[in-house]
Amino acid sequence: MSDTLTHSERIEAGLTKRYRAEKRFRLYGIAAIAVAMAFLVIMLAAIGIRGIGAFQQTEVALTVVFDETHIKDNNWQAIVKESMRKKFPEVTSRSDKRLLTQLMSSGAGFNLQNMYRADPSLVGETRTVWLTASDDVDMLMKGAIDRASPQSERRVSDKEIVWIDSLIADGALELKFNTHFFTGGDSREPELAGIFGAFMGSIFSLAVCFLLSFPLGVMTAIYLEEFAPKNRWTDVIEVNINNLAAVPSIVFGLLGLAVFLNFFMLPRSAPLVGGMVLALMTLPTIIIASRAALRAVPPSIREAAWGMGASSVQTVLHHVLPLAMPGMLTGTIIGMAQALGESAPLLMIGMVAFIVDIPGSFTDPATALPVQIFLWADSPERAFTERTAAAIIVLLVFLVTMNLIAVVLRKKFERRW
Amino acid sequence: MFKKTLTVAALAGIVVAGGAAAADMSRDQIRIVGSSTVFPFSTVVAEQFGKTSSFKTPVVESTGSGGGLKLFCSGVGDEHPDITNASRRIKKSEVEKCASNGVTSITEVKIGYDGIVFANANAAPAVNLTRKEIWLALAKDVPAGEGKTQPNPYKTWKDVRSDLPAVKIEVMGPPPTSGTRDAFVELVMDEGCESYPWIKAMKKTDKKAFKALCQSIREDGGYVEAGENDNLIVQKLDANKDAFGIFGYSFLDQNADKIKGNKVEGVEPTFENIASGAYSVSRPLFFYVKNAHAGKVPGIKEYVAEFASEKAWGTEGYLADKGLIPMPKEERAKFAHDATALANLSM
Repeated sequence: MSDTLTHSERIEAGLTKRYRAEKRFRLYGIAAIAVAMAFLVIMLAAIGIRGIGAFQQTEVALTVVFDETHIKDNNWQAIVKESMRKKFPEVTSRSDKRLLTQLMSSGAGFNLQNMYRADPSLVGETRTVWLTASDDVDMLMKGAIDRASPQSERRVSDKEIVWIDSLIADGALELKFNTHFFTGGDSREPELAGIFGAFMGSIFSLAVCFLLSFPLGVMTAIYLEEFAPKNRWTDVIEVNINNLAAVPSIVFGLLGLAVFLNFFMLPRSAPLVGGMVLALMTLPTIIIASRAALRAVPPSIREAAWGMGASSVQTVLHHVLPLAMPGMLTGTIIGMAQALGESAPLLMIGMVAFIVDIPGSFTDPATALPVQIFLWADSPERAFTERTAAAIIVLLVFLVTMNLIAVVLRKKFERRW
Repeated sequence: MFKKTLTVAALAGIVVAGGAAAADMSRDQIRIVGSSTVFPFSTVVAEQFGKTSSFKTPVVESTGSGGGLKLFCSGVGDEHPDITNASRRIKKSEVEKCASNGVTSITEVKIGYDGIVFANANAAPAVNLTRKEIWLALAKDVPAGEGKTQPNPYKTWKDVRSDLPAVKIEVMGPPPTSGTRDAFVELVMDEGCESYPWIKAMKKTDKKAFKALCQSIREDGGYVEAGENDNLIVQKLDANKDAFGIFGYSFLDQNADKIKGNKVEGVEPTFENIASGAYSVSRPLFFYVKNAHAGKVPGIKEYVAEFASEKAWGTEGYLADKGLIPMPKEERAKFAHDATALANLSM
C-alpha cells in the first residue's frame, strides 16, 4: 500500500516537469514554423516589390500620320520620329532630335505596323495612339532612375526630363497595364520583352515530360510492387531507382546531349528533347511515390478481390490502382514541379538561348521559364531587374496553380476504406 | 484507366517519332552559339534582323567562346550551328579541328571592341592604377628582388603604392571559365608582369614558369570569384565601398549612378578612350560564319549584312547604344567588305 502511494507520488512529482517539457517541445515546433514562414514572407515580399513594376509600362500618346511613303519603305520608326518632332517643334539641333526620338522604344514602330496589318485602310489617316516608351523613360517614371542624382550619373539627361515632364503635364505620358509582357516573346529591349515564349516552352516541355514519365513511371511501379518476384534482380533495380532520384540534374542534360541530340539526331533547343530529359529526371520520383501509394493500399482490398475470383490484373486495375491514384498524382506533381524549375539540364541541349519567336510546336526552338529568368538576370539593362522578378512571380503562380490542380484532383479521387 | 494510360503512351510515341522525322528536314532558321560577352550584341542584331526581314529570328545560344567554337567546328549539316561568337580570336588548333571535321571555309568578322573596367562604388575614392600595380595586388606570387619570388605579402592598397588608401585589397572578378577573365589575364596581368625585365626575359627561356608566375591569381581572399553574373558584382560594389570589380564596359555604362570606372595607366575607361585605343584594357570581339551553310540556311548572308551595316555597328548604331565600342571607320569598311563577300579566314 505504501509502495503504490510512493509510486503515484513519484508520478505526481514528475508530472509538472513532463508537462513543461511537452510545452517546450510545442514551442520549438511553433518557432520553427514561424521562422520558415518569416523567410517565405520576406522572399515573396522582396520579389513582389521588385517585380510588381514590370506589370506596368510607360506609354506615350502620339498623334501619328500613316504616311504612305514610309509605309512603302517599311520604315515604321520614321512615322514615330516624325510625330515626336511635331510634338516638340522647338527642338531643332540634330543631336537634340536624336535624343528626343530616343524617348520612344525602338519597338513603337512595330505597334503601328501591327495596327496597319489589322486594318490596311489606315494609309494617310491620322490617329492618336498610345505607343511604348523607351526603358530609360520607364525606369525614370518608376523611380529606378533618381532625378536628384547628378546628370552625368543618370541615363536620362535634364533635357529629356523637361520633355518628359511636359508630356506628363499634357496627360500624354502614363503608366499603363503591360499586356505585352504576358503576350510577347523575348527581346533585348526590356520594354518589349515578354514572358509568353518561355511560358509556352515550359508548357510544351512539361507536356512531353508528363506524357513520357507518368505512364512509364506508374507501369514500372505497378509491376515492381504487384507482380515482380522479390529476388536479387529486383533489389538491384530498386537500389538503382533510388540512386537515380539523387543524381544531379546536369548529368541528365549531358545524357540528353549524348543520346537524344548526337545519337538520335533530334533538333537542338526543342521542347521535345527538353521534355525527354526532364522525364528522365522525373521518372525516379514518380516511381518511388507510386510504389509508396500502392503499398499504402491495405492487403484486405486485394484479398477481397481475389476472393471474389478477380485475376491479378483485374485486382490491380479495378481495385488497387484507383485507390493508389491520388498518391501517385501527388508524386507526379512534385516531380513535375521540380522539372518546371530546372534550367541546368536544359543548358546542355541548347534551350538556354535567345529566342524571339513564340514556339508553336514540340520541335520549334524554345526556352523555359527558369532559363528566361537566368537570361534576364544577366542582362545589363536596369529595366530587366524588375522583369526578372516579374518572371519569377509568373513561375511561382504557375507552380501554385499546378499544386492546386493536384490538390483538387486528389480530393476528387480520394477514397476512404 | 489502363486503356487511357496506353493511349497516352502511344501519343508520346508519336510525338517522339514526329521529332525524329523533323530532324531530317532542312533548317530554315539561323543557329548562333558562342561567347556570353558577344551574346548581348548578337541578340540585338538577331532581333532587328527578325523584325525587319522576312526571315525567322535566329536562335542565339550563350555557350562561351570555347564551347561555341567546339560546336561550330563539329561539322557541316543541319545539327551544327551556322555562326559562332567569340570574345577572342579563333586559335590555330581550332581552325585545324574545324578542317578535320569538314568545316574548311570560315569567314571572320570583327565587330568592335569591349573594354574591361576596374570599377568601384561612386562613394569610394577614385584611384589611378598601372597594370603593374593591379598585377602586384592580385598575383599569387610577387617578385622579391631579381629572380626571386615570394607569396603575395600585400594586404592593403597602401602596401602596393604608398599614396593609395590603406584599405584591404578586395577585388571581385570573373571565374576562370569566363572569356572576360582570359582577356583580363592577357591584357592586365601579363602586361603588368612583363614590366619586370627579368620576368620578361623568362618568357623566352621558360614559358611555363612565366605563365605560372604572371597568370596565377591569389587565393587568399584578395580576389573573389564572383560568378558570371556582372549585375551581381555591381550590386556588391554598391554595398561594399572598399571593393573593386572587374567586368565589361556595358555594365558600367548602364550603372553610372552606382559605380565608376577607375583610370588604368592614367586613362579613364570612357566610350571615346576605348574606341580610340587610348584605354589599354580592351579586346576585339568576333563572330565566325560557316560558309558551307551560306545559301543553304536562308538568311545567313542577310544577317551578316545587317551586323556589318552602319546602322548596327556604326558610331551611332544601335549596338553602340548597347555598349559595343565601334571599330575605326576604315576597319569597319574592311570587315564589312570581307563579311559581305564571305571571304575565307587567313590566320
